[in-house]
Amino acid sequence: MSPRRLELILLLVLVVAAAIAVSLGESPLNAAQYHQALTDPASPPGEVLWTIRLPRVLMAALVGAGLGLAGATMQGLLRNPLAEPGVLGVSASAGLGASLAIAGGLAALPGAIELAALVGALLAGGAVVGLAARFREPEVLILFGVALSAFAGALTALVFNLSPSPVAVAEVLAWLMGSVENRDFTDILRALPPMAIGAGLCLYAARGLRMLTLGEEAAQMSGLPMARLRVAAVAGSALLAGASVATTGVIGFVGLAAPHLVRAAVRDDPGRLLRPSALAGAVLLVAADLAARVIPTEQELKLGVVTALFGAPVFALLAWRAARSWRS
Amino acid sequence: MTAAWTIEGAKVRRGKALVLDGASLTVAAGEVLGVVGPNGAGKTSLLRAGLGLMPLEAGSALLAGRPVGSLNSVERARLVGYLPQERRLAWNLPARDVAALGAPDLPSEQALAVARERLERVGVAALADRGVLDMSGGERARVLLARLLATRAPLLVADEPVAGLDPDAQLLTLDLLRAEAAAGAAVVVTLHDLGLAARTCDRVLVLDRGLVASQGAPVEALSPGVLASVFRLDGALIDTPAGLVVAARRR
Repeated sequence: MSPRRLELILLLVLVVAAAIAVSLGESPLNAAQYHQALTDPASPPGEVLWTIRLPRVLMAALVGAGLGLAGATMQGLLRNPLAEPGVLGVSASAGLGASLAIAGGLAALPGAIELAALVGALLAGGAVVGLAARFREPEVLILFGVALSAFAGALTALVFNLSPSPVAVAEVLAWLMGSVENRDFTDILRALPPMAIGAGLCLYAARGLRMLTLGEEAAQMSGLPMARLRVAAVAGSALLAGASVATTGVIGFVGLAAPHLVRAAVRDDPGRLLRPSALAGAVLLVAADLAARVIPTEQELKLGVVTALFGAPVFALLAWRAARSWRS
Repeated sequence: MTAAWTIEGAKVRRGKALVLDGASLTVAAGEVLGVVGPNGAGKTSLLRAGLGLMPLEAGSALLAGRPVGSLNSVERARLVGYLPQERRLAWNLPARDVAALGAPDLPSEQALAVARERLERVGVAALADRGVLDMSGGERARVLLARLLATRAPLLVADEPVAGLDPDAQLLTLDLLRAEAAAGAAVVVTLHDLGLAARTCDRVLVLDRGLVASQGAPVEALSPGVLASVFRLDGALIDTPAGLVVAARRR
């Protein structure tokens, strides 16, 4: 299948999934109400569709695309199929920023949590970019990311530990579980700039990721500006992961799994993998959010819980299938 | 005429250990230089330092007369193609896409055309669509050689290109590199098979513990004295109808 065709198919699937996700929800509508919603957006059913469900679905698609793209970029850069957007420690640092804001009582200020999370992500991302500019070995980035994740995780736990208010702790926990509920178009507009820049950087790095198939040294001698492309890949993924966590909390497995769903269709090419991974990530997250909404539970399921719950077994299955075909 | 590649008095450390202690190398267009030496002699370090992949503590490295450190990545790639010893590939790309990675300067259609032609030259045209991780080690080595040839660079540097290959593939590899030299390229290749080096290289450079022990025409560079002192072998190069061979036993 040509890459263009694959992208077209994924785009169609995404549109269909988004349409289904907008039309289905907790409060079922009948045919007349759908008709009313389509003809009169200001009517109550119209409100449900266009100001409650649509921004939510768009946000899920945007964050899913960001996570899928960041995951594919990380896997290409680190030449490791297990890499995901969180591997650099950016997600954990964003989580720490958000926790500090919530525990500090800033949750009531609109956009404060998101901003704190983004600052956390940018600080961590800056450190990782500096590291990527200095060292070309992927192991250095992975080890540093593990250390940074652990440290940010420990500081987040410390926030829990020292927090006098159990309410704040519950709030932090709920936020960390990830969700796209109650989003409006302002949230989307706020998330868009860092994600667009991140996406641009990742796509710019695509040819470098492909060249890295040969290993660091051959890539460095290839004539591509590898140092610049490496920094672009790290900065782009960090922006995408950071902005995602900042808008929706921590959502696992999408960034890890999306590239694997489409890898075979692009013949393993880490450069051509990027756009299909973004589309696959968007589809996954829209579907996961739909599941979170329509599965009848007393408390609405958190998106991060759903993606991990369904994502982990599916991922294990994929890994099983891949392992059987690996030859070397 | 400027040499394609000149390394002068290279001193290189790996960690604390001094792996090169003033080694020099020069190669001109049209010749195949074989670099030989026991394990740990510093062959790979010499190539890497000369290409700017490793810092030189002392000495200099010039590509076409220009200090390697002063070249940007595009200029360097225009002057030299490098085939590292390590043949591990991260992803299962089709062979044609891997070979095409040798020509990132060309638009993708042209790069693929170059790749296909080079795959044909190395004898794996039929495998162009096969994933490189689904291949045998020898087939993969040929694809990587095709990638090197696709660089169309005036200097080709190949680190152990025949390691692990069957005799036919070894001879084919050297034949192809010789053909590149005949067409005007400078070729540097590290080898462990001294007989193969003697038969196929115009000049041989013998490295020993970070120093050049001898160099010149194969019969001079691989004299019985060098075989004894560097390789700890009792033996000599013998001229046969098939070319030079090394007859030797351990001392």
